[in-house]
Amino acid sequence: MYSFEYQHPKTVADVAAVLASDPDAKVVAGGMTLIPTLKQRLAMPSALVDLRDIAELRGVRADGDTIVIGAMTPHADVAYDATVRDRIPALAHLARHIGDAQVRNRGTIGGSIANADPAADYPAAVVGLNATIVTSTREIAADDFFTAMFETALEEGEIVTAVRFPVPKRAGYAKFKHPASRYAVVGVMVAETAGGVRVAVTGAGPSVFRVAEMEQALAGSFSPDALAGISVPADGLNSDIHASADYRAHLVTLMAKRAVVAATG
Amino acid sequence: MALSVSMTVNGKAVTVSVAENALLVDVLRQTLNLTGTHVGCDTSQCGACTVHVNGRSVKSCTMLAAQADGAEVTTIEGLAAADGTLHPMQAAFKEHHGLQCGFCTPGMVMSATDLARVNPTASEDEIREWLEGNICRCTGYHNIVKAVKDGLGAMSATRQAAE
Repeated sequence: MYSFEYQHPKTVADVAAVLASDPDAKVVAGGMTLIPTLKQRLAMPSALVDLRDIAELRGVRADGDTIVIGAMTPHADVAYDATVRDRIPALAHLARHIGDAQVRNRGTIGGSIANADPAADYPAAVVGLNATIVTSTREIAADDFFTAMFETALEEGEIVTAVRFPVPKRAGYAKFKHPASRYAVVGVMVAETAGGVRVAVTGAGPSVFRVAEMEQALAGSFSPDALAGISVPADGLNSDIHASADYRAHLVTLMAKRAVVAATG
Repeated sequence: MALSVSMTVNGKAVTVSVAENALLVDVLRQTLNLTGTHVGCDTSQCGACTVHVNGRSVKSCTMLAAQADGAEVTTIEGLAAADGTLHPMQAAFKEHHGLQCGFCTPGMVMSATDLARVNPTASEDEIREWLEGNICRCTGYHNIVKAVKDGLGAMSATRQAAE
């Protein structure tokens, strides 16, 4: 690792002040991506600004028909939270299958979505469940948050403070995991929400995306058979040693069907 | 520049001076001489470096020592009793020959004892799933899983006896 300064401010305002004064500083949440990146010398921040001391960023609470998850809440806490398991079991299921146990004990929802890894699980939940991302300065709709591979709508110095999930009527998540990393080769969240059916796909493309044709078909009949014959074009999908674009396109339909089964099961 | 980091390691309060970019595992091994925690892959995959931080299993090669300031850290050296009596999970690994070369064992045992917190009656499948973050290059998984199953049972029995 290159050398850097280490700071751990006590408030979100103090984090913003540090980031404003030092454009080369980087925020660290759980560090599950950032620390390996630093170890490989793929990044050279002047300072790490650790969010660990900001208690208000941690924890899960029910707020009417929504579940609010603080940005610094580790995946394990979401996975085993009684409220999440009761109200949005698909979200608890998704969190319980991120990475491995040690990663789930450190990695956070805020860090995951701010990093916007194309194969991360949480983007599928955020978009599929139509969550709202609460930041240090504003609220961002899920559909506007993920803009490209490792790119989000966050401005310089803006940090995620919480994610607000409306409780869906029903939802399911299915992923075809990479056997070593457990990242999603393809992961699909299907949800019947107050605003209609949503299908969000992670792992397959450069960034999470919705499949309108599947959403319409499921609005007509919420069953796996409704998806028969609907597939996404392979053009533009990720292609690597783990799976070709054609195979990923095939997996999108398959995982969407399994997600519907999970939602109705 | 260096930072002062205060931790409780295996029940003992320590204050160490560390570089900002020092990894927790390096401070445990090199500064505190707790070499039971191993570095296998150094890329957050193999889990040989697993320790408990505030009661939860983490990969100490993927955490800065600075981030452990104020934390309670338990390493494999902190499990056995002062008189050398093995922790029930360690005893189970010995009983079931849950190790071959032994390199991954400290991490396996630390992961397994964290499983007792989350799911003390884990099935064989659940144990295998829980140990996804720990790799045994000898591929001795069958005996490891047997050891963990027995170790969880022994830990439950110990807890019940204490209550």
